[in-house]
Amino acid sequence: MATTTLSKVEQIRADFPTLKRTFHGKPVVFLDSGASSMKPFAVIQAEADFYTNNYANVHRGIYQLSEEATDKFEAARDALAKFIGARHSKELIFTRGTTESLNTLAYSLGDQLSPGDEVISTVMEHHSNIVPWQLLGQRRRTVLKHIGVDDEGFLKMDELDKLVTDRTKIITVTHVSNVLGTINPVKEIAKVAHDHGAVCIVDGAQSTPHMPVDVKALGCDFFAFSGHKMCGPTGIGGLWGREELLEKMPPFLGGGDMIREVHLQESKWNVLPYKFEAGTPNIAGAIGLGAAVHYLNGVGMEWVAHHDEELVAYGLKRLSEMKGARVLGPKDPKKHAGVLSFWLDFAHPHDIAQIMDNEAVCVRAGHHCAMPVNERFGVPATTRASVYLYNNKDDIDRMLAAIEQVRRLFA
Amino acid sequence: MTLDMYQENILDHHRNPRNKGHIDHPDFAAKERNPLCGDEIEVFVTLDAEKKVSEVKFEGQGCAISQAAISMLTDELKGKTLDEVERMTAEDIKEMVVVPLSPVRLKCALLSLMTVHKGLAHYKMNLLTERAAAPEGAEAHAHAAHPSSK
Repeated sequence: MATTTLSKVEQIRADFPTLKRTFHGKPVVFLDSGASSMKPFAVIQAEADFYTNNYANVHRGIYQLSEEATDKFEAARDALAKFIGARHSKELIFTRGTTESLNTLAYSLGDQLSPGDEVISTVMEHHSNIVPWQLLGQRRRTVLKHIGVDDEGFLKMDELDKLVTDRTKIITVTHVSNVLGTINPVKEIAKVAHDHGAVCIVDGAQSTPHMPVDVKALGCDFFAFSGHKMCGPTGIGGLWGREELLEKMPPFLGGGDMIREVHLQESKWNVLPYKFEAGTPNIAGAIGLGAAVHYLNGVGMEWVAHHDEELVAYGLKRLSEMKGARVLGPKDPKKHAGVLSFWLDFAHPHDIAQIMDNEAVCVRAGHHCAMPVNERFGVPATTRASVYLYNNKDDIDRMLAAIEQVRRLFA
Repeated sequence: MTLDMYQENILDHHRNPRNKGHIDHPDFAAKERNPLCGDEIEVFVTLDAEKKVSEVKFEGQGCAISQAAISMLTDELKGKTLDEVERMTAEDIKEMVVVPLSPVRLKCALLSLMTVHKGLAHYKMNLLTERAAAPEGAEAHAHAAHPSSK
């Protein structure tokens, strides 16, 4: 059993060319997929193939090249919609990524709110699910409230019941914390939102790459995610929304492709999803992301989730046994998705990451674009190792060995 | 290559920081933070009668590079005129720390000089406003009354 798992990881590793690199004579250990994942050959080739053989703009040309480009682009949308469990492809809008998806909602949905209306979020959000709602507050004088986090990194769900009122219009939460690894009870939160006539937005940047996602089962109304964290290219991602809600919302950006008719004083909007896709889209990126979805489907998302969990369980155990180390987030690996953020009492994260770099171990050091949650746990920064389908136990061991080097140097 | 960053001079200053502490009535002081990594430095400077740096102390927390750099800089500053302090550049900090720094880590080292320059800029600004506020001919008096002129 263990050997089959191992050989599958070895096969997967062979698909990622960048993992063949060495630094200072040592093979690279990439533990920063939470920031952005490596790309398999299949994705790189899909983009190159499109640019080489089928390139043209989409939705416009009568000529065959444009038809081919449109077919490939829309096939990628279909694959992606299916990947997250959307009912229809038209509910899946291509964006630049999670940040643009959330900003689209903050404008298109948020600008319909009245002064005093409330948006509820959490203390563990990424800056991209904090700042757009602060900006909305400046535009519309909406009120922003936050669900707290307990010492183990779980949302204080009893607080939500007290925070939510009849003025609550939006509840927006991250599916998985990029610092704590906490998997949030989205279904439960969506129910609270709906009981109060609010909509529920889910930031799926850290969940979509790592576990099977079904937006229908989650029960949320909107779901935002990025392609580059799930083996896809940079600059492409998605926003899923319920058709009936998207239909009612005004467009965010205006321009080509998002209109049906344009007159000098007024225009009519295009149908979904094009109403929200102004301008020439990232066609090659979308096709690359389609290839990433195909690749992940081939591996199996259940397998990816299980594999992540095994590595997290191993890393959590080893780090918790280590003198002077404190790991943030849930202790149970089943409730802790693929990020290990830790604090060592003998060295600063920057120094730790630097010494790890010398061992060709790539980890992230800093606040991981989530300053409030760092403040919540009283650490200015952490060192974060995030795992993905191509990591193995040896990668974790190399990181742990590097920590011992840090200890020798600093403790 | 990256381990060269942690040569003995850096580790020594990190483990045994020079001039760590607080000055109650400094001529100028400043606090700076690198929000990206949470490095923090507060520096306190006292001047002598000739307006040269006489005493420097610092408080801070953060990575070894940021804390070693400010420790080294506090020693470097002593005896310098304000003009000399103002003219110090990133190049001087690079020479001071000796070890090779990547562009990202250079920012950690430069936080030291940024903090000192921030304090100095406030000090000069205050002098200008004091002079502007003082009536004609009262400047010498105002100057003499300044604690640092003693």
